[in-house]
Amino acid sequence: METMAIGRAINAGLRAAMDRDPRVLLMGEDIGALGGVFRVTDGLQKDFGEDRVIDTPLAEAGIVGTAIGMALRGYRPVCEMQFNGFVFPAFNQITTQLAKLRARSRGRLSVPVVLRIPSGGGIGSVEHHSESPEVLFAHTAGLRVVAPSTPHDAYWMVQQSIASADPVLFLEPERRYWQKGEVDTDLGPGQVTPLHRARVLRPGTDATLVAYGPTTQLALDAAAAAAQDGTELEVVDLRSISPLDVDTVAESVRRTGRLVTVSEAPTFHGPMAELAARIQESCFYSLEAPVKRVGGWHLPYPVARVEEHYLPSVDRVLDAVEQSLAA
Amino acid sequence: MTDTAVGPVRAHAQQPAPRRQEMVQLLDEHGVRHHDPEHDVDLSPAELRGLYREMVLMRRLDSEAEALQRKGQLGLWAGSRGQEASQVGAGRAVRRQDQLFPSYRDHGALLARGVDPLHVLSLFRGVDHGGWDPVEVGVHPYTLVIAAQMLPAVGYAMGVQRDGAVGTGDPDRDTAAIAFFGDGATSQGEAAEALNWASVFNAPVVFFCQNNQWAISEPVSRQSPVPLHRRAEGAGMPGVLVDGNDVLAVLSVVRSALDRARGGGGPTFVESFTFRMGAHTTSDDPTRYRLAAEVDAWREKDPIDRLRTYLTAEGELDEEFETALAAESEAFAVRLREGVPALQDPAPASMFDHAYAEPHPQVLAERDEFLAAWEQQDADAHAAAHGGTR
Repeated sequence: METMAIGRAINAGLRAAMDRDPRVLLMGEDIGALGGVFRVTDGLQKDFGEDRVIDTPLAEAGIVGTAIGMALRGYRPVCEMQFNGFVFPAFNQITTQLAKLRARSRGRLSVPVVLRIPSGGGIGSVEHHSESPEVLFAHTAGLRVVAPSTPHDAYWMVQQSIASADPVLFLEPERRYWQKGEVDTDLGPGQVTPLHRARVLRPGTDATLVAYGPTTQLALDAAAAAAQDGTELEVVDLRSISPLDVDTVAESVRRTGRLVTVSEAPTFHGPMAELAARIQESCFYSLEAPVKRVGGWHLPYPVARVEEHYLPSVDRVLDAVEQSLAA
Repeated sequence: MTDTAVGPVRAHAQQPAPRRQEMVQLLDEHGVRHHDPEHDVDLSPAELRGLYREMVLMRRLDSEAEALQRKGQLGLWAGSRGQEASQVGAGRAVRRQDQLFPSYRDHGALLARGVDPLHVLSLFRGVDHGGWDPVEVGVHPYTLVIAAQMLPAVGYAMGVQRDGAVGTGDPDRDTAAIAFFGDGATSQGEAAEALNWASVFNAPVVFFCQNNQWAISEPVSRQSPVPLHRRAEGAGMPGVLVDGNDVLAVLSVVRSALDRARGGGGPTFVESFTFRMGAHTTSDDPTRYRLAAEVDAWREKDPIDRLRTYLTAEGELDEEFETALAAESEAFAVRLREGVPALQDPAPASMFDHAYAEPHPQVLAERDEFLAAWEQQDADAHAAAHGGTR
């Protein structure tokens, strides 16, 4: 068991994958000597060389498009999008090529590409550095979209994503890169939670909180605060946005009767709208209250000085819990 | 038309004509053979007849496919009449181990690669997205999004580099990628990224641009103010202009570009100057946007006629060969006419099969939902047919 921050855990996961398989290579802007703007790839070019840790031209469609070609040649490229808002120039390659090549070739072509995308806000930065684009890609069939929230998951999920035969968008919780936690690096096959599985992080009886990525810690903080007032909240970390592990959430909701979702992505047409719809379908008679969603507003991500009013807070989560309990 | 209107004729008049001397040409429109010290090619009479044969069959594919579309057997057809020399020449230059990344009109190159034409037609019928095996035949699936195949071609070439399959001197090992695209594609941002990227990494890739003068209704002058092959200068690679209706010149130029790539010399941009004689697809009407005189002028440059003239003058094309080829072409057409209606629709549930490589709960659940509804419909239909009630 080692203690490390999320950013460091991803670095260690990448290193383990590269050690294990010479076909794994990294591509992105500034990922070599600099180690990436968040230093996630720190030291990897030094150890694996410029042919496996490729500093690319400043062109996101180019990064994804050429990664597709490398995957077709048998490599397993892991691409870094420098910031979430910079994924949009690559949107065409991701949605029309990366997601579709397998279906278009009736399974003959595989494109095991991983796109690492710093996701969400809360770092006080300028525009297009703080967005939550996950639902755009979750809505695109052919892609998997996952989001670790702990160093342990970051370490293992990045390796599972690389091992996956499907293209995976790996959303890194930008404002949690420095959050430390324990990582068990010695697990064997079967001991690691499958990539698409949700996980109950804290058991509770009064309501279920569901979150992923950067808001998972927020949900845990809210649950800790609620416990001081005698309310026991169960916290489920989705971990995967596509596919969605509805069963694990439904099981929890059947126990608690109430569901509050927490995401940074805007609630309008957001990923939690899908979850809420599926939960009302499968748990209608167990629900004691309507599903409540806490998330970003339906706005361009606001300027840094007001982003705390855009992002879900412990207070907003507890307000939603209160409304659910009062219903 | 008012003074301020910019009509297609006027826009087209601005199109820069290539200077004759900078365009590689080995067989002119009168069927006269020319020699070019830098780009010559030495083919046996049998090889020349082979190119002629492939162009004839490619044109037959085009006319049969158009007829099949008119009869409702194909949903759409993107014709390639007039571009036979470009596609057969480039397709023939590609070696077994090379990977070809086509657009959606490159039927001749696919024939040259040995792709079954029914696999091309099955795409336009809507049976599949192209029935050929991209790994086995070395041809990537057709890409309908303009220029989107160019970056994967560069990435593939970068993979080739990492495999050490460049510049070894072994003709069976050294490998290149070739991306086919049109004049319209050069306007896309991804095309610019692909050229730049390939050059920065010295990737073994050839960019084969068929400038057929029209991107649906927009003339090439609306795509670029400079001749397309000069785009290569900005990307730091050689740009070669070749007569796209001259199969010898195309074969020679693309072959040396591929040799250069395989040898480690890096990418080349080839502009094949040609003309799309028909519509963009069976859905458009070219008489609305271009003049008959332009089409007539290009008819004089026909790629098949000029090779026939040359071979006949050389005494290499006798009546026996022509008769045999006509019979082969007819049998080929019959195979297409009979084969297309016989193409089987895929089982509806098969649409769920290849969305993901690994089991995906949502897809599996939706497949079950689909199958249940389908079986119920079948049961209802059966009951109705036998006078039953629900």
